[in-house]
Amino acid sequence: MIKKYGIKQLSIFLENRKGRLLEVTKALKDAAINIRALALAESAEFGILRLVVNNPEKAKSVLSSAGFTLREQYVFAVEVPDEPGSFYKVVKVLSDADINIDYTYAFVGDSSKAVLIFKVPSERLEAALTALDKSGISLVEPMFFYD
Amino acid sequence: MWNQIEGAPREELERLQLRRLQDTIQRVYHLVPFYKKKFDEMGIRPEDVKTLEDLKRLPFTTKQDLRDHYPFGLFTVPLDQVVRIHSSSGTTGKPTVVGYTRHDMEVWIEVMARTMAMVDVGPKDVVHNAYGYGLFTGGLGFHYGAERVGAAVVPSSGGFTKRQLLLMKDFGATILCSTPSFALHMAEVAKEDGYDLKKDFKIRAGFFGAEPASEGLRQALRDAWGLTYIEAYGLSEIIGPGVAAGCLYGHLHVFEDHFIPEIIDTDTGEVLPDGTEGELVFTTITKQALPIIRYRTKDVTVLHREPCKCGRTLTIMESVKGRADDMLIVNGVNVFPSQVEHVLTKVEGVTPNYVIVLDKKGVLDKLEVWVEVDDRTFADGIGALEQLKARLQQEMLNDLYINVRIKLVEPKTLERSMGKAKRIIDKREAEGLQK
Repeated sequence: MIKKYGIKQLSIFLENRKGRLLEVTKALKDAAINIRALALAESAEFGILRLVVNNPEKAKSVLSSAGFTLREQYVFAVEVPDEPGSFYKVVKVLSDADINIDYTYAFVGDSSKAVLIFKVPSERLEAALTALDKSGISLVEPMFFYD
Repeated sequence: MWNQIEGAPREELERLQLRRLQDTIQRVYHLVPFYKKKFDEMGIRPEDVKTLEDLKRLPFTTKQDLRDHYPFGLFTVPLDQVVRIHSSSGTTGKPTVVGYTRHDMEVWIEVMARTMAMVDVGPKDVVHNAYGYGLFTGGLGFHYGAERVGAAVVPSSGGFTKRQLLLMKDFGATILCSTPSFALHMAEVAKEDGYDLKKDFKIRAGFFGAEPASEGLRQALRDAWGLTYIEAYGLSEIIGPGVAAGCLYGHLHVFEDHFIPEIIDTDTGEVLPDGTEGELVFTTITKQALPIIRYRTKDVTVLHREPCKCGRTLTIMESVKGRADDMLIVNGVNVFPSQVEHVLTKVEGVTPNYVIVLDKKGVLDKLEVWVEVDDRTFADGIGALEQLKARLQQEMLNDLYINVRIKLVEPKTLERSMGKAKRIIDKREAEGLQK
C-alpha cells in the first residue's frame, strides 16, 4: 500500500528570519518546480515548511545544494467530496483504527472535491492506508501530484 | 585591621611565608603522588626550597590537574578529616572539587573576617548576603566571615529580587554582599517599585566580587545605594572569596600570609617583576585538605609591593583586567566555551557548531547559544524541535550551573557567517551602565 499511495513530502527547517521563505521559493522557481500542496508550521523562533511538489527528487537536490535542512518522508492523500462531514469521516476511520495523526493539511481540488493530506507515524502508515482503503475512502495516487 | 599580620613589616611576613611554604611543600610531596611525581621529574627535593625565591622553580598546577584527579585525588587528608566540600563547574563535564578540614575552615573564616573588617563590619551590622548559597563558595564564604565579626547575617542567596528588597528594608540591612551586577539590578528594581534607595535602605557598604566590574558600574552602585564599594576577590581552588579584599583606599590586598601571589608570563611561565601585567598564580601555604602549588588562575592583573595608606603591608593586586583563557563570567558564574561544546556532543539532533551570544537583559547577563539543527536527524515536528531545545537547556543547566537560552538555527549558517574562530559574541560591554 505504501508503494502505491505513499506520497513524498519535503519538510524544510526555516529560521524565522526575514527573506528565508523567499529564498526557498526562489530556489524552487528557478528549478521550475511546481508546488502542489503546502503547509507551514511555526514556533516563536523557527518554522517547518512542508511541501508536496511535482518532482520531489529534483526539489530535494535543489534545496539541499542551496543549503536547506530538509527531510523527506511519506504522507498520504485522500480525495473527498467538498461538503460537510467529509473530513470527519476520514478522521473517524483513523481514530477507530487507533492511529494518531501527526498533522494534516488540505486543499480544494476542483469545484466538488477536496484533497486532504495526512502524516501519521511511519510505523502506522501501512495500517492507516489499509483501514482507509477498506472503508471505501478514495486514496490519491502519487501520480496526481507528480509529473 | 582584623589581624596585626596585615600590617606587619615585610621581613616578618616573609619569614612566616617561607616557613609555611616549606611545610606545605613537605606536605604535598609526601602525601600527594601527583606532586611527588612532578617534583621528582624536575629533580626538586622539598629541602631545596630555602628561600621564597625558590618558589619560582616549582611546577605549576592547573584546573586540568584538578580535573584529572577528580574528585579527591589531590587531597592530602582522608575524607574523615574533611568537613566541607565545594565544587564549581569544570571546563568540560566533570566539576572541580575542593575540600576543607576544620583548620582550613578557620583559615577561610579568618580571611573573610579580615574582608569584613575593611569597613569595620561588626555586631551592629545586618549583613544581607545575596551570593548564591550552595556548591558555589560565595554564599557560605561571606556567611561565615560575617558571623565571625558578630554581624547578623541574612542568608538570602540569589534571585527573588523583590523579596530581597523587602527583607533588606524591613531588617535594616547595613551591608550588602552580592555580585555588582545583581546589586545594580536590585537598585533598578527598587526604583521601579517606588523605593527611595537612600531613605528606605541603610546599606552603608557592599562587598562585590565574582565578576569584573568597570569603574562606571562601581560608581553607579555608590551613587544608587550611597555605599562604600569594597572589592572582594577569590576563587574556590585557592579557598573561595577571601583571597584578597579591597581597603578603603581602593587597594585590593592579598592575604599573603595564607596565599602567595606571583605574576607570570602566560606563554613562557616566567615570573614577571612587580608592576608588570601577567597571569596571576597562587600558592596556598596554610591549607591542609587541598594545598595547591602555583595554581594558574588565568586571571590577568598586576601586583604592587608597597605599603598602603590603610596601614597594610600586604601585596596589592589590581582589579582583574581579563582572562588568559576563553573563560566567560556570566552573572558571577564561570563558563567555559568547551563546556557548551561538550553538552552539544552529548545531545543527538544538533551539530557541535555553536555561537555563544552574551548580552544584557536589564543589567543582568543573558547567555544565548545558537545551535545548528543536524541535517541528518532533523525531526519534522515543532514539538520534537521544542523538546530538543528544552533538553539542551536542561543539559546546559546541569553542566554549566546557569540558565542558557538555546536558539536553533539552520545547519551551516554558523560557519558561513561567523568563521570557525568566532564562537563568542559579547555584547555586554558599555551597556547598562550609562545611567
